[in-house]
This record gives sequence, C-alpha cells and structure tokens, in this order.
Amino acid sequence: MGALSLGRVALLCATLGLLLLPWHGLEGGVAELAAWPGGAPAPLLALLVTGARWWLWPVALLVGVAALPLLRGRAPRTLLTLAGAGIIVWILAMGEAIGLRGLEWQWLAPLLGAPPPQPSLGWGALFVLIGATGLLAAGLAARGAFGADAFIAFLVAGSAFLLLVFVFAPLTTILMAAIYDGDRFAPDALATRLTAPEAWSLACLASHQGCGVVWNTLLLATLTAVISTAIGLFFALLAVRGGVRAAPLFRAMTILPLITPPFVVAMALIVLFGRTGMVTTALWDWFDIPRSRWIYGLPGVLLAQVLAQAPIAFLLLDGALRAISPSLEEAASTMGARRFRVFRSVTWPLLKPALAAAFLLGFVESLADFGNPLVLGGDFDVLSTRIFFAIAGARHDPGRAAALALLLLALTLGAFALQALWLGRRRYTTMTGKGDSGLPAPLPAGLRLTCSLVVWPWMLFTVAVYGVILVGGFVHDVGRGDMSFTWRHILTAFEVEWMDGIALRGSAWDSLLTTIQVAALAAPFTAGLGILLAWLISRQDFRGRRTLEFMTMLSFAIPGTVVGVSYVMAFNVPPIELTGTALILILCFVFRNLPVGVRGGLAALAQIDRSLDEASATMGAGAVDTLRRVILPLMRPAIITALAYSFVQAMTAVSAVIFLVSARHNLATVYIVGRVEAGEMALAIAYSTVLIFIMLFVVLGIEKLVGRARIGRRAATEGRLAGGITAGAPTAPMRAGA
Amino acid sequence: MSTTRRLFGALFAGALTATLPGAASAQGNLTVYCSVQEEWCRPMMAAFERATGIRVAMTRKSSGETLTQIRAESANPRGDVWWGGTGDPHMQAGQENLTVEYRSPNLAQLHPWAVRQAEQTGFRTVGIYAGALGYSYNTTELARRRIAAPRCWADLAKPEFRGEVQVADPNTSGTAYTMLATLVQVMGEEPAFEYLRALHRNINQYTRSGAAPARAAATGESLVGITFLHDAVTQRVNGAPVELVGPCEGTGYEIGSMSIIRGARNMEQARRFFDWALTAEAQALGAEAKAYQLPSNRNAPIPPQAPRFENVPLIDYDFARWGRAEERNRIIQRWEREVRAGAR
Repeated sequence: MGALSLGRVALLCATLGLLLLPWHGLEGGVAELAAWPGGAPAPLLALLVTGARWWLWPVALLVGVAALPLLRGRAPRTLLTLAGAGIIVWILAMGEAIGLRGLEWQWLAPLLGAPPPQPSLGWGALFVLIGATGLLAAGLAARGAFGADAFIAFLVAGSAFLLLVFVFAPLTTILMAAIYDGDRFAPDALATRLTAPEAWSLACLASHQGCGVVWNTLLLATLTAVISTAIGLFFALLAVRGGVRAAPLFRAMTILPLITPPFVVAMALIVLFGRTGMVTTALWDWFDIPRSRWIYGLPGVLLAQVLAQAPIAFLLLDGALRAISPSLEEAASTMGARRFRVFRSVTWPLLKPALAAAFLLGFVESLADFGNPLVLGGDFDVLSTRIFFAIAGARHDPGRAAALALLLLALTLGAFALQALWLGRRRYTTMTGKGDSGLPAPLPAGLRLTCSLVVWPWMLFTVAVYGVILVGGFVHDVGRGDMSFTWRHILTAFEVEWMDGIALRGSAWDSLLTTIQVAALAAPFTAGLGILLAWLISRQDFRGRRTLEFMTMLSFAIPGTVVGVSYVMAFNVPPIELTGTALILILCFVFRNLPVGVRGGLAALAQIDRSLDEASATMGAGAVDTLRRVILPLMRPAIITALAYSFVQAMTAVSAVIFLVSARHNLATVYIVGRVEAGEMALAIAYSTVLIFIMLFVVLGIEKLVGRARIGRRAATEGRLAGGITAGAPTAPMRAGA
Repeated sequence: MSTTRRLFGALFAGALTATLPGAASAQGNLTVYCSVQEEWCRPMMAAFERATGIRVAMTRKSSGETLTQIRAESANPRGDVWWGGTGDPHMQAGQENLTVEYRSPNLAQLHPWAVRQAEQTGFRTVGIYAGALGYSYNTTELARRRIAAPRCWADLAKPEFRGEVQVADPNTSGTAYTMLATLVQVMGEEPAFEYLRALHRNINQYTRSGAAPARAAATGESLVGITFLHDAVTQRVNGAPVELVGPCEGTGYEIGSMSIIRGARNMEQARRFFDWALTAEAQALGAEAKAYQLPSNRNAPIPPQAPRFENVPLIDYDFARWGRAEERNRIIQRWEREVRAGAR
C-alpha cells in the first residue's frame, strides 16, 4: 500500500472521529446517545465550537493541515509525520494535564487558567488516534522507511503505540513508586529498599532465622528447575528409548498442568500430606511414622511446582530426544563403544540445549508462581507473595512492593539473558537433508531401571493428586476425611432453576460466564497481535526491531501482582479510563500472554523458508498479500496453539487480575481465592474441577479441529532444524499458577 | 475453520450483550464492596434490592484487598459503600480521607461499642457486628496427647504446646494484629512481648490469612488455632471437633465495619444502604448465612451458636489508639524484630 492511500484512509478515520463520534467515554452506556450532538456524546467538533474543549483546537488544525495535500493527491513526508505525531502527543498530554478535577499539571496554570474537568477519552478520540497513527505511518513510509510500504509502517507504529500504552506505561507508573517515599521524591529510598536485609539477609546460614526473600526465591527456583528437568528427562528417556507402551499416557499427562487452576494442586497436597492428611495418617497408623508439617514450606511448594513443571520439561526433552538422529549413535556403537558410553558421550551432549531450555523455563515459572507459595508457603516467603502482601497486606507499602518487583524483574530478565547467551552461541544440528535410517539405541539397562524407579512412582503420585481433586468436589469434606458423597458443593456453585426459563442460582455462575467470555475474547486478539508482531519482527527489516521485540517479551517477565496493581494505577483516571470494565481484563490478558503468541509465531516462521516469501514477491504480491495467502495458512498450527494457550491461560490467571475484577465482571480464579481464604476447600475444589473439564474440552476440541502440529517434523527433514529444540518445543512456555 | 469462526462469533455476540450496562433501575444503582464471606454478602444484597428496588452490584474481597483497591481508585472511585470486614482497615481508610462522614438516624439503635467506634472515627465508619478474639482447640488431638484443656493466654506458652499453636502473621492479617494489640493492652507492653517470645516457641506456622488457623484446628493440622471465635464457630457448626476458648485474662475484639467511600457516584443510594444495614432486620441475615458474629443493632436476634460476650471476658479495647497507622507499624516492627526473628 502506498503512502498516499494510507494517508487518505487515515484522514477519513480521523475526520470520522472528529465530526461524528462521541469524544468522551459514555458512563451511562448506549442510552446516552440520544443527546447527540450535544451533551455527553458530543463529538469534538461540537465541543470545540461551544468552547468547552478549546485547548484541543490544535488537534483539529493538524488534521486540517494534513488534509490539504492529501486531498490534492500528494503525501508530503515531513508534514504528515509531524501532524500524526503532534496529534497523538497533544491529545494524551492534554488528557494528563486536565483531569477529572480540572487542571492537574499546576505549572500550566498561567497558560490554561482554570479549565473545566475533562473526563476520559471515548470512541471519537480512539478514531482520531488511529487516524493520527496512520498519518504518522504514511509520513514515515514516504520517507522510505519500512521498505516504503505504508501498511507495514502502520502495523509497526500501531503495535508500538499499543505496547507503549499497555505494557510500558503501567510498568513505569508502578516503578515510579519505588523512588517515592509517600509523596516525597526520594531516590535514596530506592537504594535502601533494594538492599534491605528483608531481601538479602543470610541469617539462615548462621542461626534459626529465615533467610532473605531473594535467596528463598532463588533456592526454590533452582530446585524446581533441576528436579523437574531431571524428572522430565527420565520420562522422556523411557518414552522414546525405553520401549514402554505407556508413552501416550505420558503425553496425555503433559496437558494437566496447563489446565489446572491455581491453588487446587496445593490443596490436594495438603489433603494427602498435611499433618492429618490421608497418606500421613496411613503411615502413622501402620508404621508409627510420626506426623509432621513438612508440607508447609519449601518442600510443599517445591512439590507443587515440580508437579506443574515436570510435564513441561518432558514435552521439551521428548521432542529433543526424538530429533536426535540415530546415525551418530550408530556410528559410535559401530566403533565399539558400549551402550552406556554411547549415551554419555553422544546422546547426553546433544540433549544439552534442551536441558538448558527446560531448566530455564522451570526457573522462570517458579519465580512467577504465586498460588502455590500462597497456600503451602507456611513461613517460607518468596518474592511473588511478598510483593502481594506489601500491597494488600496489613502493612501497606507500595514503595517496598515496587522495589521487590524490581528485584523479581531483574531475576527473570537475568534468566532470559542467560538462556539467550547459552543457546545463542552453539548449534546442535544433527538432522541433515539426507534421509535418516537406523534405529535409536535402546537405553543402558541400569539407566532404564533408574528411569522406571522415578517414573512410575511419580505417575502414581500425579494420579493420586488429581484423584483427590476429582473426588474432593463431590464429598462432604475431603480435608477432614468425611468422604460421604454429596452434590452440595456443585449445587452451591452451579445450581440451575427452572422459573420462566433458566435461572442460574448458583453463586459461581456469574464469575464462570464472565471468565469464559473474557477468555474467549482475549484469545483471538492475543493470537492475532502475537503472530502479527512475530511476522513483523522476523520478516520485516526496520530500525527499532530489537526494541519492539524486547517490549513484547517484557510483559512475560513482570510478576502478575505488579501487572494488576500497575493497571489499576494507570487506567483508573483519564485520559484512558478502563477500570471496572471487562475491557481492562481483556487487555491485561492480551498483553500478558502476548509473548507466547510472539514466540510461537517466531518459531513457526523460522520453519517457513524465506524463499516462499521471495517467490510470492517475485510474482508481484505485496507484503500483505504474501502474509495472507502464503504465510498465514502455513502458520495455522501456531495460530491455533496461541489461541488455545491464551484461552486457557486467561482462565487460570489470578495474581494479575485480583485487583482488576469488579462487581459486574468477576473471574473464576478470584472467586476461588475467596473460597480458599474462607477455608472452604471443598467448594474451591468443586469449582476447579468444573474449570478443568471446560479447559480440557476446549483444548481437546481445538486439537481435534486442526490436528496436532506436525509442521515441525517436515521442516526437520528439510534440514533446517537448528538446535534440535525448535521442533519439539511447545510453542507455549507456560506460567503455572501465576 | 468455519466452525471456529461461528463459535467465536457466538461468544463475541454473547460477550457484547454482557458488556452492555444493565437496564437502569428507577431507584438507581449501588456498588458495594463486601468483605465478609460470600454466603453473607449475597443474601444481604438481594434483601436490600428487594427492600428498596435499588440495583446492587457487589464485589467480594478481603478487607486488605478492598482497601488497596479503594486507595488505587481514590482519584476516581468506583465503589459506593464498603460493607463488612474488620474495623482497622476501615479506620485506616477514614484516616487517609478515603471515606466520608455520615451520621445515620439508626445510630441510636446500636450497642454502645458500635456507637463509640463511630464517634472515635468522626462518624466515617460504623460497627455492624463484633467478634471476640480467642482460640479453638481440636478435642480429638487434645485427648490423644492427654494435655489439660487450655483456658488462658498463659496456657498456650506452656511447653506441652510446643509446635501446636497456629496464628496468622500480623504483617498480612488484621486478626493477628488484633492479638498483638490485645495482649499489649491486657498485660502491658513489656510483659506482652515477654509472653509473645515464649509463645513463639510453640507456634508451628504464621499463616497469611487470619481465619486459616481455625481451619487448621478443625482438621487437626494444628492443635490450637488463634482466631476470632466466630470463625471457629463456623467450623464447629460444620461438625469439626473443636472447643472454643475466650482466654481468662481477658481478650480483645474486632468491630466489623461499614463506610461510605469518598466521591461515591451514588451517594443517596449509599446512604439508604447504610441506614438499612444498621436495622435489626438486615442484621438478622447474618445468622442465616452462618455468620456467628454479634450484631451491632440492639434489637437484632443473636444467633444461638454465637459466642456470647457475657461468657467472654472482654477488655475495653482502645480502637482509637491501636487503629492508628504509626502505632500499628511500631508494634508490628517490634514484633518482627524481637519475636519473629527469634529461634523456635
């Protein structure tokens, strides 16, 4: 698309917003439209003419200035760029400067006097902003940026704008709190907070006191990562090389952590291993093993996190192990190496990158986990819960929370940086264009035995945990061992009555329906924007590409609680006022899960050869045509994965949305938190069971609809599989229980 | 693919209709932040809707989370009334000027303790129920260990209760802070900290939620759980083998409170709710919802299972002093330094 046509479309859009649509948000909904063109739904033009928003005249003037050359069929680059940028900056700056209480930026008083209050921006402003972005992009394209393709320019400018508003701005808002002490600007407070003994104390080495919360977090994350990687490896070895028939069962298990709502595994662990838990009591009755509370604290949290992470590690390592070509191993054994030696010196080194990936994923997931430490932590505190209670606890201290959030952010980014360093330097390609033959070497007997000794008890353990969850919702009180069957909990939550049609009486219906709607709305936007960004990042060449990629990844590293509070702080007041709506929940999910869509998209794009793009371009298709006709159909599996993942993730997120839910829009997980707080485990478990079944239905349904992604194997045999991880890696790293 | 498209289309349409605002009621709307248990919140709001025709939108969250939300929303408040939850955060909200003064004509019907709290806060908050602090113990576990039943605070510090007492962390729970303030008022500050250091050796876990120890005592996870007694009653009514104790030295209590949020969009409806929530009929709903606190209206029926204040030696709890943020921070920090940091 050329700069001129984009400029004209943008002009149309801006004019529409300027002349017709209500400039401000409508508090009272559609009913207020009756007063148009005056009153609450007045468009900007009416507001300008009456003088109610005289400070916005520059917006109309800039649109006019841009209109003149465009209508004459010219697209002057500097003028359009400046007009577009000017409109955006002016609208947002004025929105900040003049708020609900009149003038907010007091230093502007000599210029603006005492303007009337200005409520939040509405549809009209949205259209003008979109139009302005279009003008800006047209200007940039006319300068020759983005390969002079105006549409690409618009996509990049638009997504950069969205990322700035919904990722960067909220983060800045909350991190500003770290350098304020109350209302006083105090940079020294940040240093004190960052180095506080609360975070770094090493007292536990010398005495009985607990250690600093950073050390706790690091210890937990490292242990979770090591153990879940080890268990995942044992599973993978047995499934791929062990010749067991239960391999499909292993793969079915990998779906569990994805569809498990937060808290529920922790509750099941208490039921099993608490001091009066089933297993504990049995051991006491039969073997006189004294009952203890070992589950509360590091061991319990670790167990819950490994339960969630081990299947993910399995998924990664299973793929990697399958991708290792047997020919190298065969070569080794032909040269006389014994089975164990082949494994140690050939197979193991080839697995290293996948092991690193599994380790780092487990590490990052553990950092972000909030639900398990909350329920099982006992005295053992980690950063994510500490941040939550610094904000919502009895001692409210947003500055401390922000400083702790910075530490958590640093740990997460550090882990990602390490991963990039580790995987960036080496190549572990074993697949070549030549057809593979040969059989993978079976496991050495000793190793096989070790694997079995780990795998089968762990399977049993998983089954027991999920068995408790399944049963817990249908018995009176699973925690006290009252195992008589009842529908009571399900009825409390999901009672339906027939009174002139269906009346949903159960207390959980509201939150369940909202959750499904919000998740279903967030999913297509997450997948769409994610894939689009992936395409821009990997296939388009422009300045600022790295920055764009970093910004998309940033939201993955921010702990949920921080995201939630920052959204409330940033979007509760004009110019962008979203709290109390379902939109803020959707936006929060879209931008929080965006990295997954982008990563999935990048992985899929890496497997589609550029020659296809080039062929399409040679035949005269523009970038958009190529995207629509060539790339998107090939990326279908990645799109579907992103859809399913973001849907499920939106249904299980809790820490990010706990402050964002409102009276009209409550979410299932927040409802469950309330039940857990009140000690009503049975109801919480019953609700979780229903959620598990819904998510299972959705995930399996989507898989059925499109079939499992097979595209990775094809690419592998074409000899372009780098590192052996891309093929088997789930395109969706997950954030368990966050 | 067409199936998916149709599916998402249907969901989208459903979501759109759901995001449309509900039909405006002639009597207006009201947004309530509710900080008691869900079973109590819902019937309260339904009863108010029936009584007045005002449509209520209600969110249930713990009092700490609600205070955080009201703070975050202070420039542009979303809620009108904050109903329920322990008194301290309500008083804190009053001090931070997040709530407004309102003198309900129904104040005259209230117990003196509720009126006193309203006076102390300049009528920014009012008591709607009260619950005494105490502890509950698991009778099965006690019999198994052959320990004499505890009756006083002092009993819990005895060596036979080593690792058997559970209480919440005052950093996160108002209940635990009430315990600290109570002990300081009962014993005096120095002896109270002496006692807390002794008690610390018997604590098996500092939980994050205030009501969790009641649950732990009910299941036998812990022998003793220090909580508000009504939380323990809920467990007993559900059939748990627990016995309730109002400690013999005397104990403090919480006043569950209600406030009107500053800048409420539906101020008139908020006041009507405020008046209505103080009536005997409205407060009678608590017992039906299995909430066993003591209602603040003198004419409201007291649930038969509720721990009567006559049987619990209550102290004259100084809400004005111990509700102040500086005093709270000082006590909690001292506890953190001198008690929590100690060996167990």
